[in-house]
Amino acid sequence: MEPFDFISPSSIEEAVKTLASSGDQARILAGGTDMLVQMRAGRRTAPLVVDIKGIPELNVMSYDASKGLTLGAAVPCYRIYQDATVATAYPGLIDSAFLIGGIQIQGRASIGGNICNAAPSGDAIPAVIALGGVCNVTGPNGTREILCEDFCTAPGRNALENGEILVSISIPAPQPNAGANYLRFIPRNEMDIAVAGVGSAVQLDASGQNFVSARIALASVAPTPVFAKEAGDSLAGKAVSEEAVQQASELAMAAAKPISDMRGTIRQRTHLIGVLTRRTLNNAIERARGG
Amino acid sequence: MTSNQVLSEVEYDVVGKRPVRPDGVDKVTGRAQYGDDTNLTGTLRAKVLRSPHAHARIKFIDTSKAEALPGVRAVITAKDLPFASLSKKELGGEYTSLKFASDHMMASDKALFKGHPVAAIAAVNAHVAESAMALIEVDYEVLKPVVDVREAMQDGAPLLHEDLRTNDMGETGEKPSNVATHMSYSIGDLDKGFAEADLVLEKEYTTSTVHQGYIEPHNTTAFWNSDGQLNLWTSTQGSFQVRGTVASILRLPVSQVKVTPMEIGGGFGGKITAYLDAICAVLSKKTGAPVKALMTRTEVFEASGPAPASWMRVKIGVKNNGKMTAVETEMAMDAGAYPGSPVMQAIVCAFACYDVENGKVDGYDVVDNKPKTAAYRAPGAPQAAFAVESLIDEICAELNMDPIEFRLLNAAKEGTRRIEGLVARRIGLVECLEVARDHDHYKSKIDGPNGRGVACGYWPNRGFQSSVVMTVNYDGVVSLLMGSVDIGGTRASIAQQTAETLGIGYEDVKPTVVDTDSIGYTFITGGSRTCFATGLAAINAAEDVKSQMISRAAKIWDTNEDDIEYVAGVVQHKSDEELKLTFKDLARQLATTGGSVSGRASVDPSGEGNGYAVHIADVTVDPDTGKTDVTRFTAVQDAGKAIHPSYVEGQMQGGAVQGIGWALNEEYFFDDSGKMMNPTFLDYRMPISLDLPMIDTVIVEVANPGHPYGVRGVGEVAIVPPMAAVGNAVSAATGNRMRSLPITPGKILEADWENGKS
Amino acid sequence: MPGVTQVQTTLNGEVINFLCEPRQSLLEVLRDVLGMTGTKEGCNDGNCGACTIILDGRIVDSCLVLGVEAEGRDITTIEGMASPEGLHPLQQSFLENAALQCGICTPGFLLASKSLLDQEPEADEGRIRHWLAGNLCRCTGYDKIVRAVLQVSKAK
Repeated sequence: MEPFDFISPSSIEEAVKTLASSGDQARILAGGTDMLVQMRAGRRTAPLVVDIKGIPELNVMSYDASKGLTLGAAVPCYRIYQDATVATAYPGLIDSAFLIGGIQIQGRASIGGNICNAAPSGDAIPAVIALGGVCNVTGPNGTREILCEDFCTAPGRNALENGEILVSISIPAPQPNAGANYLRFIPRNEMDIAVAGVGSAVQLDASGQNFVSARIALASVAPTPVFAKEAGDSLAGKAVSEEAVQQASELAMAAAKPISDMRGTIRQRTHLIGVLTRRTLNNAIERARGG
Repeated sequence: MTSNQVLSEVEYDVVGKRPVRPDGVDKVTGRAQYGDDTNLTGTLRAKVLRSPHAHARIKFIDTSKAEALPGVRAVITAKDLPFASLSKKELGGEYTSLKFASDHMMASDKALFKGHPVAAIAAVNAHVAESAMALIEVDYEVLKPVVDVREAMQDGAPLLHEDLRTNDMGETGEKPSNVATHMSYSIGDLDKGFAEADLVLEKEYTTSTVHQGYIEPHNTTAFWNSDGQLNLWTSTQGSFQVRGTVASILRLPVSQVKVTPMEIGGGFGGKITAYLDAICAVLSKKTGAPVKALMTRTEVFEASGPAPASWMRVKIGVKNNGKMTAVETEMAMDAGAYPGSPVMQAIVCAFACYDVENGKVDGYDVVDNKPKTAAYRAPGAPQAAFAVESLIDEICAELNMDPIEFRLLNAAKEGTRRIEGLVARRIGLVECLEVARDHDHYKSKIDGPNGRGVACGYWPNRGFQSSVVMTVNYDGVVSLLMGSVDIGGTRASIAQQTAETLGIGYEDVKPTVVDTDSIGYTFITGGSRTCFATGLAAINAAEDVKSQMISRAAKIWDTNEDDIEYVAGVVQHKSDEELKLTFKDLARQLATTGGSVSGRASVDPSGEGNGYAVHIADVTVDPDTGKTDVTRFTAVQDAGKAIHPSYVEGQMQGGAVQGIGWALNEEYFFDDSGKMMNPTFLDYRMPISLDLPMIDTVIVEVANPGHPYGVRGVGEVAIVPPMAAVGNAVSAATGNRMRSLPITPGKILEADWENGKS
Repeated sequence: MPGVTQVQTTLNGEVINFLCEPRQSLLEVLRDVLGMTGTKEGCNDGNCGACTIILDGRIVDSCLVLGVEAEGRDITTIEGMASPEGLHPLQQSFLENAALQCGICTPGFLLASKSLLDQEPEADEGRIRHWLAGNLCRCTGYDKIVRAVLQVSKAK
């Protein structure tokens, strides 16, 4: 690795100031599980590495039944799934936190880092999109909110402007009769990159028989994670049925624009989006019904 | 439900028990010294600059900028190797072999695979050496690569070596070719055999390039002392092999090179070739300092020696009663950049499980623009078994015959003449098949989206040279020196054979693996030979000790050696019951009766016992995603005699799991430019703990008459059956015949789609 | 030459100081700066677990931690697993169950297993296989490793 300088700011202001004055010379380090690999392979260079794990706001994990979850961008995966309250409120988020890397990786990797890394296959991103997550960003010009589905702009690229950092992710409070699920397909049972992934979230009415709304997002089938809006919207107001789920899965397949590469072909990936959409919707429905 | 059984007929005191290995505590406390743990004062770090192209002519290399970088101590290219200054005339018949060996280590005129070394740097640390790599300028003329074995065989394919001509059964071909060798064996009358058959099936099979996947990357530390002595500390399966290779490439007498084998972090055949040793040696000579190199994982994938990809055509004829009448195969394997694929072993092993009168096998050793392949656990046999055992499963389905009964009907046994002409000695295939047939696993029910497959496998096992020296200490403890590297329990199994032979306790034998100056020539730890051949050397050395101990007793008792016998660790007079000394008591008197006693033996045995295995695999296949999970697996194997059953089981389980990986997910993906797309453990998908069930084992013991305790050797045959066993299980589960490895979820879905399933 | 940073950390119970460059991983610092070679390099990209250490009570791949990030932290490596009284029960169980062949992955497996049983003393086979998914072993097929951990687990 080429030499670099390392700083560890203790406040957002300090971090933003440093990043703003360094331009593209600086890289943000959170868990490091993607970035250090990329730097070592020469895919990213950075004369200055800014470790943001010392900033209190980035380590916050606060849950309020009415306001929802604020998840600091540097909170490692294990803290999320080890928190019983968060785990109960957001099983769909836990699904992804639980399968990013192995236990070693989950000790360091964060949902915020996964989103900023902006890989098409990032497992947390469809899960957060499905849950309606919002990225809270602070920069030289103050703070702004970016919908998670708008955050990734290209493989490895995100919507952060010069000097901006992702401080936290807000996830709305779970509604009654709501459920979510994230599943990915990999050839092994862990330690793999998604060939395809789907995050689904549904809200049912009090009877549990009708969809109020649904959100579906896809991984590994486009240059960025995909928010399959039509697929989710197609369920709103419909009775829960195999046909409705099937129809949503076909719309999700239509929203997928995969390529063929060593991990899978276009046909295989499109097919898997259909399978995983049906499976995640059915799991989300079961969770919404209290199963 | 899960179990590990040992079916022993002969019991011993130490042999067959499961003691803690002598190197165990060091290995669970982090104290064991592996190659990269070597740290000599003033050690420099080396990095190797590698070709980014799979096929390119090297026109010019400028190292001046790299040499000028602060912290860089030396840069070398192939010009710094002796081969560069030796003429074709001087080398005569050695020219081609030396050119291949030297060029493989560092390319002189052409880069033949992506990752081929073209220069190397020694610097104060690895980061500086890495920075210097970017400063070396290499002018390449990029050539069209070929990375598919059958394409490489075609006329008009890009040629790797302008002067390589096919050796076709001793005849040299007329024009240059990528086919290095064609070999063929036959037995009986093939046409007659097929004419007699009621059913003849013929299919083609392919397998991909796979890697041994040892966790420890290649590494070495070299120090070329100012007195001319070259010292190497390295991770290798064969210290004498490294010594020979380095001496040959550097044109040194072997005794000028001393190789100290460090603890080795896995090899499976892949750590026989010396990749870094000569490079670090030349850098050390140039800098006067010790030089250490450690490959990155990507370098290991791209530039060590994976196992070949293969294309195979198999044809088998059978009678309606299941009796095989004729077999035929053609197999082509890619050797990578230089000749030497294991296709010879592949064609010899292909039908070695069967007693067939008529057969013909043809093999083609083909070069292409991939890293030069190396041995990988039973080299050649797993690919061949995948093809043959898969076709036999199809035949069993056609005949509606139980696959184990079919194999029992046709099984090779003592006296069976194999296709290369050798007649089988006492072998245990029938016993293994019977155990498999009667196993609880095979008798259990299976249905639904699940399937069961069986397959068997053969590997000849090897003998070759081994040396052992042992010294009796005055406290009765025996210090045992051996040249065999301990890759997974060798110290334990050799100490057990020593203790058993001497009639002393296992804890009274202290084994040490020593360097090439401290012991006689010892061939690699590989070929499933170590427990057998080094074991024989230890037994012979122990016999040497026993006769010397008898001499000492004769001296003490002032009697004839002939009147004394050595029984179960006690030296005693044959007729005078009063005259009796235990091994320990006699050891205490050695100092006063002539000094220490040492036994020694060097052996080159020919009595190796062939290994056979039968595997049963259950799988479940997700019909929506095509994903296969192995749900139950049983490995049955004839060990001859399991010296340390735990480590025999470990070999069976480890081989089975490597085979499961090979069957389902492992493969090199090459792009059109010949670049490997997946040179990481993330994308080269070896099985993880979550992918597997417990692996049940049954050790069958049909003693090998060529070894006093019956040892056959167990390391390799365990990887031969799994691919076909898993493939046959997938076929049973899905109805799809999978004839191409690996059997990925994508291929299973495609087969579904081709068969009209959606 | 790039600048070096002084780092103070607790390693196997002792407060130590070392100098390193920011680009040096904690793995490199342990092996090359501190001479603690029990932690092994297998892939240097977080996919094999051979370099597993315990950092503030969690297992991490030390190849994916910078040396400078160790400031003020608490690190346990394989060298800190046994005590003067003897081996850790997992170390003993690995020996008795022949849970290692070449041994290069063993330090990582031992620390990962220790961390599991410290948190979940009754971990069963499924949990053990899941927890150890980030540790590659190529020799054993995992069978004897899982059995060795199970023997120490209180799961029945």
